[in-house]
Amino acid sequence: MMQLPDSEALLNEITAKIAALIKPNSVIVGIHRGGVWIMEHVLANLKQDIPYGTLDAALYRDDFAQRGLKTELQPTNIPFDVQDKHIILIDDIFHTGRTTRAAINELFDYGRPASITLAVLINRDGAQLPIQPQIVGAAIPLKPNQRFQLSQDSQGKLKLALEKKQDTSDV
Amino acid sequence: MYNPQLTSEGALKHLLSIEGLPKKNLLQILDTAESFVGVAERDVKKVPLLRGKTVCNIFFENSTRTRTTFEIAAKRLSADVINLNVNTSSQSKGEAILDTINNLIAMHTDMFVVRHSQSGAAHLIAQHLPDNISVVNAGDGRHSHPTQGLLDVFTIRRYKPEMHNLRVALVGDVLHSRVARSEIHALTTLGVPEVRVIAPKTLLPNEVEKLGVQVFHDMKTGLKDVDVVMMLRLQNERMTGAMLPSAQEYFKTYGLTPEKLSVAKPDAIVMHPGPMNRGVEIDSRVADGKQAVILPQVTYGIAVRMAVMAILAGGTA
Repeated sequence: MMQLPDSEALLNEITAKIAALIKPNSVIVGIHRGGVWIMEHVLANLKQDIPYGTLDAALYRDDFAQRGLKTELQPTNIPFDVQDKHIILIDDIFHTGRTTRAAINELFDYGRPASITLAVLINRDGAQLPIQPQIVGAAIPLKPNQRFQLSQDSQGKLKLALEKKQDTSDV
Repeated sequence: MYNPQLTSEGALKHLLSIEGLPKKNLLQILDTAESFVGVAERDVKKVPLLRGKTVCNIFFENSTRTRTTFEIAAKRLSADVINLNVNTSSQSKGEAILDTINNLIAMHTDMFVVRHSQSGAAHLIAQHLPDNISVVNAGDGRHSHPTQGLLDVFTIRRYKPEMHNLRVALVGDVLHSRVARSEIHALTTLGVPEVRVIAPKTLLPNEVEKLGVQVFHDMKTGLKDVDVVMMLRLQNERMTGAMLPSAQEYFKTYGLTPEKLSVAKPDAIVMHPGPMNRGVEIDSRVADGKQAVILPQVTYGIAVRMAVMAILAGGTA
């Protein structure tokens, strides 16, 4: 059994890296759900206020025709003008890059950002697109039949678990 | 029990009527619609979900406003939309409809939005279609108009999220309304404890109480302390059938004026499915007043129709 890193330590790691990147017109966008949880922790630990939003990339996914809409679709909420903003996009796990691709497409429908930086808690490897995270808490390559599951308890504490994949489709 | 609207796994396959729609599917539509409300407020008012799909609005009965809302909804999902107004006068029912449909299937239509003056037309088409094509009922006769019912419930939930605590009154022509029945069903399914209908006896169906509603014939008692007032359109064309004395007389008794509305809760919302007969069922001071949410209903109608189409189009490849 692999020793999993402490999610609090990873959060501190990426919060510090994000803090170092923040410019006057930076904003943060979390991808539902794990990315939003992480964003909330990051926002609480940053020493400054920064505009933020949430995004569910489901409406832009490339596997909609096969899988349909998931039932727990969350509304995207971008309460600022993205035009010329430096967007720090946060997700929990980086794997194929397909969610990131969908999220980038959705952000561009709100306007033309100055830049997008991807921050993730864990990079598990396996990119199928020319997309890579710039800010990574930990790089932990996984086998194709494994996956990380991030959960949040009622006290708001994040927990990382390693699971066997139920289905073999790319997430 | 066989339900033509659902797949064997219980997923939505067609939207034909709200009756027979389990709470789970009803909530899925409303929750999904939340995600589409914001799309219209962005720079690019489109999401790519139905890119490359063809939606055919086939209207055997004219309804420009309903057709327009479906057209906008499909276009905001990036579908290609074909509008077809079919004159039914020369048609012998049934067979001719299916001939039309067969032609459109041969053109690789992915989804049909159907409006017809006869009850059950959408069901008939749904039964005829191959597995990968869906139907949305956009109104059939007096029977059903599910997306209108859904958008009304969605609007109520947006303004009054505590649905298990609400008192809702439907006012007017319940008898001829194709939404009232669906509306009552959706409201009770979602846990609204008190649904009232207020109308003269001549505009109520027989045994309306069996739908689980309280019946009133008088606005003053019926509107007392309600949270939501849903006005129904008075079908002017029915006035001739000696069902009602006159429009003026009707307005005096059942028209929603600020005075009549004042017995409802102060924060009550007023809804109307449109088109309104001002001065018949509703006073302009109410229709244009602070409590009216009639235009937000139109806006939410787009989001709800997008949600229905998105759910139907997904997972069929």
